[in-house]
Parts: sequence; structure tokens; C-alpha cells
Amino acid sequence: MPEPILQVDNLVKHYGDVQAVRGVSFSVDEGEVFGLLGPNGAGKTTTVEILEGLRSPDSGSVRVCGLDPQVSSRELKHEIGASLQATALPDKLRVMEALRLFAGFYKRRRDPEELLKRFGLEEKRNTYYGQLSGGQKQRLALAMALLNDPRVLFFDEPTAGLDPQVRREIYDVIEELRREKKTILMTTHYIEEAERLCDRVAIVDHGRVIALGSPRELKQRSGGKTRIEVKLARPVTNGTLQGLEGVADAREVDGTYVLHTQRPPQAIVSLVKHLEADGNELVSLEIFTPSLEDVFIEMTGRRLRDGETLPASRACESSSPFATRCSFSS
Amino acid sequence: MRVQLAFRNKMFFFFVIAFPFAMFFLYAAVFAKGVPQTVGFYLGPVIAFNVMGSFWGLSATLVMFREQGVLRRFHVAPVTSSDMLASSIVANYILTLPIVFLQLLFARVIFHVPSLGNPISLFILISVGIVSFGSLGLVVASVTNTMQETQVLNQLLWLPLIFLSGATFPLAYLPRLVQRFGLFLPATYLVNGLQQTILNSATPWSRYAEILSLACWAGLTFFLAAQLFRWEPEAGIPRRAKLLVAATAIPFLILGVVENKSDRILLEARSAFISFTSPASAPKSSGVEAPGKPLATHNPSKNDEK
Repeated sequence: MPEPILQVDNLVKHYGDVQAVRGVSFSVDEGEVFGLLGPNGAGKTTTVEILEGLRSPDSGSVRVCGLDPQVSSRELKHEIGASLQATALPDKLRVMEALRLFAGFYKRRRDPEELLKRFGLEEKRNTYYGQLSGGQKQRLALAMALLNDPRVLFFDEPTAGLDPQVRREIYDVIEELRREKKTILMTTHYIEEAERLCDRVAIVDHGRVIALGSPRELKQRSGGKTRIEVKLARPVTNGTLQGLEGVADAREVDGTYVLHTQRPPQAIVSLVKHLEADGNELVSLEIFTPSLEDVFIEMTGRRLRDGETLPASRACESSSPFATRCSFSS
Repeated sequence: MRVQLAFRNKMFFFFVIAFPFAMFFLYAAVFAKGVPQTVGFYLGPVIAFNVMGSFWGLSATLVMFREQGVLRRFHVAPVTSSDMLASSIVANYILTLPIVFLQLLFARVIFHVPSLGNPISLFILISVGIVSFGSLGLVVASVTNTMQETQVLNQLLWLPLIFLSGATFPLAYLPRLVQRFGLFLPATYLVNGLQQTILNSATPWSRYAEILSLACWAGLTFFLAAQLFRWEPEAGIPRRAKLLVAATAIPFLILGVVENKSDRILLEARSAFISFTSPASAPKSSGVEAPGKPLATHNPSKNDEK
């Protein structure tokens, strides 16, 4: 059994009074794409930045490529490639100059020309960084992460803030890297991203890993149940929906009733019957095939995208294979 | 790798070139009226101006890079804080030197300044000047968090440096008390050193006080800048930072006390001042005022540009 390339044990990090990371442990094997999935502020970025050697942990141990980022930060930086959040290049730097400049920092390097071609930036080689679109900037960031042919890649929220179309372009790039057996640690708060790209996922919440496994394992753990989300005209008392035929469990999340079922048709029929008898009305109904979102709701009682309204990503989900959406209006 | 980092010049270009161009025009306008001796007298202060200007550009760029997250990107690459700072200094040096050289050339060719003095001490003084004031800029960048803070601090440093050091008004022109205070400022030594070199062709050896003090100061401020360097805006300023910053004042505090006792600099400044005002008293008495004023009014325009 080879030693894992990334090893995190009981990592803890505070910022003042805020506990950003409280005892995170996981390991990543060579050639694996590992995802940290969780809402904003869950401690994903902090964890990644400690692994990259940008921050120091308060306690716990971290090994990356057999090195301690705190002790041998410089050697480590030759072995890793990263695209960070909230980073930029000088506006007046051209694309090719940026690649050449950063390539110059490394002992082992790849041909910038080849990366330019691979990331579809050939036409932009002489464009100023400040004039690139969000997607182009992100592709450049990924290309730059590959400059030193790193052993481990860190992608921190590689698609945050990009529109769905551009996001898919980035997915293609990452999937290609996955086929090449690159080791990647990525963070995301998009379920779709984690399910599609990652071999294994750690679901992170409030600085803790609450579930870890392959997307399939995690979904099976949640029982492989279909999720039905309904909005009702009037609230129902706790537990009434739970007892309906075909409904395995039901709970209320932010005014929406979330039902899990292994027999969706039965559950819907009994739900509608119950509402009719009760004089209640169905405002909307959505059906989701099992996803990591269910795992998250099950573990925390909250949604992953808590407090964040993303109409664009909702709309895009309807075309994704994970969700079937049908809305009723009465 | 330094050379690779110096690529960053691209960005500095806009900062550094825009200003000296304006400077050239003003310079020509100011001295078009001046006779060669007058130009010679003001050449030292004008070059000192340019050299001291280093700290504006460097501090502003570094803070901007930090705010934008540019430094974060460098941080994940195998680049240390000293690499980063040294490259800024080198880039700034490479850009400032030709401009200073052009100004000297202009002075000689267009304005027929009789002598540019001892070239070796001129070169040494300009070099230590650029590096030390550049380092000052890096310290400013390290202790401020936002661009506004940087500009305020720059302004606070810049005004005494130019007005009380003899860079704007000849030192001998200023009240006695202000002259004494001026002796605590590094700029005074740079201005005086350059002026003496140009007017009296002073050798590097005779200017050892200026050169050594500026060099020590350069080393100290650079060391400090490296200690205080922060890659990200969120990273706090270490508590001992303020003490360390105070330490930068030490070399010139000591030198100021010594020079206040000996009065050497003040005497030199006075004799330089007299030397160009006395030989042609009638026509040039207005000439004293003329170059002084445009220089003073030109100063705010410089600030706008930065």
C-alpha cells in the first residue's frame, strides 16, 4: 500500500475567536481526484491553504508529498500547483508573459506553448490579463497551476462565479486531467461539480468532515432514496407527513417540506390524498434523484447552499442528470 | 530568477514613465530661464526629487498588488518575500537610473551646466538613494492596509522630505530651526551630497557621511520591509512592527545630532547658495526666486500623477 500523497490529521485552525477548521482528517492517494464539498465558510479554503503552506495550522499534522508545508515550504511549492480563490495577476501582464514569468520560478517546467494550446488560450497569448473574461482568467489560472508539472494540484473553487456554460468548459479541463491520473484536491460548493469530477468527496461543515467516501457510496449511505420537495399553502404539524404511505422520512427545511422515499409514485399519491383531505394546497413540488445534497441535508438538517440563492444554478440543474424538476401550480 | 521577476517592469512602466515625462517638460520650462550656474545648483535637488520619488511608486504598487491578490499568486510559487522585495527594488532601480541619466545629459547638453562633478560619487549617491528610498516605500507598503492609508502615509513622509531638506527651497533659505530639523531627514543628506558633488566635484571619500548613512539606512529599511512583508491584506501586522519601524529613524537620529553639533552641512549649503547668488547679483536675484517657485508648484502635480 503506497503512502498517501496528502495526509491531514486532526487539523485545527482559529482566526481570533472563529474556529475555521476543527479537527479535519483525510488522506488522498496518488492519481485521485478528491473533493472538499461544503457551504461557504465551512473551512475548505483554510484547509487547502494550510496544505499549500500559505497558512500555519494551530494544531494537527499535515504531510504533502511527504513534506511538512511548515518546514519545507519552498521545496513543497516546487511539487504543487494551485489555483487560488481571490487572486489575480497584474492587469497589464500579457497571458504569455504570465506563463513565462511563473515558469521561470520552477526547476521542473512544462512548455508554456503546450499549456496555452491545451487551455484554448492561443489566441489570447498577447492579451492583457485585465482584458480576459472570467472564464479565460480561470483557464489561465489552471494552466499556470500546471506549469511545474506538479505532483499534486489544488483547485480552490475552480468554477465559483462563472456562468454555467463556462463552468462546463472548466469541468472538461478537469476531467481531462483526471483521465491523465493527476492528483487533484479541489474544493467546491456545487454538488454537481463534486459528483461529476471527484473520485472521493469529503463533505465539510463548520470546520468538520461530516461524511467521506465516493459520491456513489455517500448516496447509498443516504439510502438511495428519491427526494421530494414540496411547498404547501398552509404549514402542517410536525410528523404528519412522516406517517404517510411510501414516505421514509420527512422534515421541514426553510419552509419547504423535504421527503425521502424509495417509492416516489406511492409517496406522491398519498401526499396529494392527504392534502386534499386536509384542505391544504400544493404550491410546488420538485423531485430529485439521490444526490450529495441529500447526504448533506440528512447530516445537518440544512441545505448545502444555505442562505445563498442561486437561480441560475437551479435552472441549470433541471438539465443536469441529477434532478428532475416538475412544478405544479394550483 | 531575479531577471525573470524583473519582467514585472511592464507594470512599473506606467507608473514610472508617466511622471518623469511630465518632469522633463517642467524641468525644461523651469530651467529654460536659468543660467548654467543656477541649473547646476538646482540639479542636485531635482535629481534627489526623482530618486526620492521611488518610494511613491513602490509602496503604491505593492499595496495594490496585495489588495488585488497578485501577491497571493506569487506566494504559491516558490518565491520568498525577500525575492519579491529585491525584485521590486531592482526593477525600480533599472527604471529610475536611465531617467536620472537623461536629466544629467539634458543639463549638460541643453543647459550647458559647466560640470557634473565627480561621476563616481554621483553614481554612488544616486544608487544608494534609489535603493534606500525604494526600501522606505516597501516599509510603507508593509505597514499600511489600504491604498488610502498608503497615500496618506506617503504624503506625510513626502512633504517634510521635500520641503525641509533643501529639495524644494535651498536649505540656506530656510529658518534656522527648520534647518536644524532638516538635519534629521535622510533627504537632506541626499540633496546636499548631490549638490556638493555637482558643484564642488566632491569625491566619494569626502561624501562618506552621506553615502554611509544612506547605505546603512537602505540595509535597515530593506531588512525591516522583509520582516514586515505580508502576502495578504488579512494577515495582521505583527505587534513589534511599530517598534521596528521606529528603528528606521535611528541612523538619521544619530547623524542629525552629530551634524547639528558640527554645522558642516549647513555651512556647505550656505556656501553653495552664496556661490551662485553672489557672482551676478543684479540679474540673478530674480533668478533665485524663479526656479524656486515652479519647483514648488510642480510638486502637487507630481502627487496627482502617482
